[in-house]
Amino acid sequence: MNAAKPTLTLGPVLYLWEGEKWRDFYFRIADEAPVDDVVIGETVCSKRLHFTDPCFPPVIERLEAAGKRIVFSTLALVTLERESQYVRSLVADSPYPVEANDLSALALLEGEPHWIGPLVNVYNATTARLLARRGATSICLPPELPASSIAEIVSATPGIAFELLAFGRMPLAISARCAHARAKGHIKDNCQFVCKEDPDGLPVKTLDRQSFLAVNGVQTVSFTCQALLAELKDLLACGVHRFRLSPQDCDMVAVARLYDDVLQGRLDPEEGISLLRQIYPAAPLSNGFHHGQEGAAWVARARNIGHGAST
Amino acid sequence: MELICPAGTPAAFREAVDAGADAVYCGFRDETNARNFPGLNFSRQELGEAITYARRKGTQTFIALNTFMRAGHEDLWYQAARDAVRLGADALILADFGLMAHVAETYPEQRLHVSVQASASNPDAVNFLVEAFGARRVVLPRTLTISDIARLARQIRCEIEVFVFGGLCVMAEGRCSLSSYATGKSPNMNGVCSPASHVRYRQDGGELVSELGAYTINRFPREEAAGYPTLCKGRFDIADARGYAFEDPVSLDVMDQIDALREAGVSALKIEGRQRGKAYVAEVVSTLRKALDAKPEDRRALLARLRLLSEGQRTTAGAYEKRWR
Repeated sequence: MNAAKPTLTLGPVLYLWEGEKWRDFYFRIADEAPVDDVVIGETVCSKRLHFTDPCFPPVIERLEAAGKRIVFSTLALVTLERESQYVRSLVADSPYPVEANDLSALALLEGEPHWIGPLVNVYNATTARLLARRGATSICLPPELPASSIAEIVSATPGIAFELLAFGRMPLAISARCAHARAKGHIKDNCQFVCKEDPDGLPVKTLDRQSFLAVNGVQTVSFTCQALLAELKDLLACGVHRFRLSPQDCDMVAVARLYDDVLQGRLDPEEGISLLRQIYPAAPLSNGFHHGQEGAAWVARARNIGHGAST
Repeated sequence: MELICPAGTPAAFREAVDAGADAVYCGFRDETNARNFPGLNFSRQELGEAITYARRKGTQTFIALNTFMRAGHEDLWYQAARDAVRLGADALILADFGLMAHVAETYPEQRLHVSVQASASNPDAVNFLVEAFGARRVVLPRTLTISDIARLARQIRCEIEVFVFGGLCVMAEGRCSLSSYATGKSPNMNGVCSPASHVRYRQDGGELVSELGAYTINRFPREEAAGYPTLCKGRFDIADARGYAFEDPVSLDVMDQIDALREAGVSALKIEGRQRGKAYVAEVVSTLRKALDAKPEDRRALLARLRLLSEGQRTTAGAYEKRWR
């Protein structure tokens, strides 16, 4: 396992980007971004599916032509009959591996090779091994997990690839209720797709003007952007070789190049961090969860904190 | 329908039994359960005594082991499961499917319930847990309307339990790390949400400010009663609006929908509130017991008194009603 080459995965676009913006984003990823795997498809809200549906064929074609491996994402919260039907048909018909983001996809994918997304609760190796026995080949661990848990799970679960969210606002919660629609005077059933006005999420500030969270339809994400860069070396040493970049409304090709440069040893992680702040100035960086602190925290000089020390 | 009642202490447990609970649910005094608050929960000995007391009165005891096992420390959860089984728990309420697999394998006779924290919100998810681990009952997440529940009930092969009264999570339970984002402590890993250890109140001019970790969760002018800073029930600035961005400080009450829930196929009604005192538990359980046994036309008067006990004295039907979304 330790000899595996580190790779980058592009996570699904979590926000509602309208057809053309979405298509052009993926065209550019296909042409320019040093990512090996691309997880694609609506993950947050089933009401949004029609926005990107027409753009799927050309995007898939372009990504395949560029040699990207494609993985189809599934919905994080499945409650309605049509949402169940959507997940069932996706699992039945997909020519590509599917990533499970809830228990229904997980159930339907038993026996075939599949991925587990960061929204499935994998907090220990018992659970990871159970998923591996059912056919999971890759698990993107939840952002909430501290490094000590990651090291423990990876070392106790051989034969499966582990991935971590290395860039992007962290998914923190999902609800039946749409706070995004509510903030703009609507309810979910009559939302008028107001979430498309905020392609990077709608900021939630405290009454003391502190930037705190962002809402993305029914999902709540962190205001800060997870940035694991100084931690990559230790993570590689403990057996994590895949790192996920979650699309934000910034130059994601530049983000991918930066992470690739750090992984290949062409760029010092500390320099990478200051460059990243220029590429995505909208959100402060955080890595607190990884270091066992509050998720919003930024632990500087993190490279001095050993990973495998506890195991 | 059964009435499933909370107990955070042996005293509240006895009150719930005496007030007519069909089952009481509780947890051990550690991070294996999602109400891991100081001063709450049961030692092994206390739980053994509680179960004996309940048995004598014909009441069942459910043990909640509904957090996610911390990697490398699974033994804490395995021991809790072993002890709960040994002490005679009528059901274990579980969220982590690693733990479900362990219990199903080690104690195949033990009745297993799926915790709300597992977020099984659709037929494929529930049937997976039934088939894989022999789950006998699912506590549904508070993301479904009553008609969603009726549709689900027709497609699954286990009993349904739903929350009807008490605290209300706005987010899908078991899938929320808002609390740990602000404090480092989460429901899934530590069994706490918006923990008191990270709460601070301070006076700022005429306003009382409530904080969680480094963040302001609410500001109360003098004439307004200050509430606890539960993160998702705070006041924030969002878009051009200032207010309760996720949910008002309300609590759940759908007891006026008892008949609709029964028709939908619900087997058990659950009251939230293991953190509540014994007086609250006694009052709520006895009132809901009477309401459950009363004729529909007599229920309204019975339930009206409960409003006074609810958080902020305001209630909502939450996700059970479609417009809430």
